[in-house]
Amino acid sequence: MGRYVIRRLLQFIPTVLGTLFLLHYLTSVGMQLTGNPVRALFGDRTPSPATVEAITRKLGLDDPCLKSPGNPCLELFWQRLGLAPRNGTFSGYLQGDFGTNLRFREVTDIVSTALPYTLKITLIAFLVEAIIGIIAGVLAGKRSGGFMDYVVKIGTVLVISVPVFVLGLLVQLFVSVKFGNWLRTQEWVPEVISRGLFGAAYKIDYPFASLVIPGVVLGLLGLAATARLTRTSVQENLRADFVRTARAKGLTGKRVIGVHTLRNSLIPVVTNLGLSVAVYLTGAIITEGIFNVPGVGNQIGKAIFQGESMVLIGITTMLVLAYLTITLLVDLLYAVLDPRIRYE
Amino acid sequence: MTEVSVDFSPALRGTEQSAPLLQVEDLRVEFRTRVGVAKAINGVSFEVNSGETLAILGESGCGKSVTAQAIMGILDSPPGFITGGEIRYRGVDLLKRTDEERRLVRANKIAMIFQDALSALNPVFTVGFQLAELFRKHRGMSRADAKKRSIELLDLVKIPAARQRVNDFPHQFSGGMRQRVMIAMALALDPELLIADEPTTALDVTVQAQIMGLLGELQRERNMGLILITHDMGVVADVADRINVMYAGRIVEKAPVYDIYAKPSHPYTKALLESIPRVDLKGQQLNVIKGLPPNLTRIPAGCAFNPRCRYTQDVCKADPVPPLHQIQPGIASACHFWKEVRGE
Repeated sequence: MGRYVIRRLLQFIPTVLGTLFLLHYLTSVGMQLTGNPVRALFGDRTPSPATVEAITRKLGLDDPCLKSPGNPCLELFWQRLGLAPRNGTFSGYLQGDFGTNLRFREVTDIVSTALPYTLKITLIAFLVEAIIGIIAGVLAGKRSGGFMDYVVKIGTVLVISVPVFVLGLLVQLFVSVKFGNWLRTQEWVPEVISRGLFGAAYKIDYPFASLVIPGVVLGLLGLAATARLTRTSVQENLRADFVRTARAKGLTGKRVIGVHTLRNSLIPVVTNLGLSVAVYLTGAIITEGIFNVPGVGNQIGKAIFQGESMVLIGITTMLVLAYLTITLLVDLLYAVLDPRIRYE
Repeated sequence: MTEVSVDFSPALRGTEQSAPLLQVEDLRVEFRTRVGVAKAINGVSFEVNSGETLAILGESGCGKSVTAQAIMGILDSPPGFITGGEIRYRGVDLLKRTDEERRLVRANKIAMIFQDALSALNPVFTVGFQLAELFRKHRGMSRADAKKRSIELLDLVKIPAARQRVNDFPHQFSGGMRQRVMIAMALALDPELLIADEPTTALDVTVQAQIMGLLGELQRERNMGLILITHDMGVVADVADRINVMYAGRIVEKAPVYDIYAKPSHPYTKALLESIPRVDLKGQQLNVIKGLPPNLTRIPAGCAFNPRCRYTQDVCKADPVPPLHQIQPGIASACHFWKEVRGE
């Protein structure tokens, strides 16, 4: 087990290096083709060449390779990793220096401001997906062809087939705006509900309440998949011999399903939940955009549009690490859920 | 999960200790499937008393296991439905009792062991958990007491190093040891009747003998009734007192074990006995019963065995089905030509 974890952790290194290089190369080519991003800082004004040159040098973007399209800029890559000196000093990822954005704000600072929002929204989405998804799946799977089975089958198809930007906007319009507006006219409703929970967007005054609806919207997609997976898995396991044994042991129906069937059914569900968390961390760009949540997804979106290569590389690398860690945890959870799985 | 009621010896209301242990009367079961109604059991009657072993013998698909599941009340329904008959335990018709009463009969009064212990034991729980569960849920014992009892049970079925093995998972046991665990589980609550559904089919021949020996020993010690369901005439010979031979959901012959081997009274039994490979006929073709058991959705008119029978005459091909002719006390055959079959 310990050796397995160490081996898996060592496998992180090539993956992260590969990601870093790919991102470095793509952003370099971007600069080589579209020119120095520093000029964009000045908008309509035309800065003096000396000013642009000074800022460019300070950002470390003065390497001549950034002017020859297709050049992989290996020297710059090593400098960013901290394996080669820049102006005589080693300062890169290895030294804990993740660089700055074009306005000299530390990338670590940007991430640490954005991350709490994303973590909160991910937690809400995960809870919605895991709790409601598993309960719905069990209810549907318990009696295949029953009423709940149809409710879950139809409901999940609806959720899966509506794109998240449509779903997000619909929820915002009908739940947060229309229903929220009515709530806000009612005096007996506390503000944390009318303005926080049912607010149309993230509000700094209600740091948790106003994230609930975005979290639920984010979790809905995963919820549908989880409910479906649980349903199939429960149906399959209910036919298993060991469930018949559990019945023959005179156990209650609740225990036969809740203990003897569910535990076995959760193995595929856990994979899905793990991947969902990874997706929530990275892919909340649209949902965070709709509800104006200043989280990681929002920052990625901004970084792409503004050509902030260092921010993009920094956040993406962090997300790759999170993704790898989560998949490792999911694999380790397998061994907990199914004792037949052993890692050597 | 909290336990609501702790009934230490859930006695079924209305039972009489003087009544026979189990009487099955004209039991009928059908499976309603999309391709049609399969009549799995068509009027089966038999009786078992304490300390007695009744073997139910027949090919796959003749309704042996369905009979057992109907008695236990663990028939998958749908598609299986009991359409008629009575199952009387100590004089009480179980089919008229509520699900909750029937649940308490299972494991407490009537227990069952299954064919393939690997799939019949839950792979994700330790053997100790699966045994202790019976004591905790049916007897309200504490975890520690239940574990102590589980170790005693494993000792009883002669599993070496029971104290250590109680924490092992089913896949860590050999086939024979797993079947011993199944037996321990069935005997945990001192049932009066044990139904063994092909208990040795998945085992090596040497292990088969050990398991049958163990079953016989435990049955004598506890004066249990035993219903042994099998297709293996060799297994039956040593242990059973009486044999019921089933074909297409009916009992076609009833006889004490010795008489069946000496003088079968039904062509099907005779053919079964002839199909056992024998050393003195080495090198010759094996005697097989020609044809296949009938499709239960289309059982032939008259005697269901008539298409495969060498005694068939016109009377066999038309309804009514031949009744069980009483030949001697304890011997009955559902064949019009039982005299010819017996060579009388």
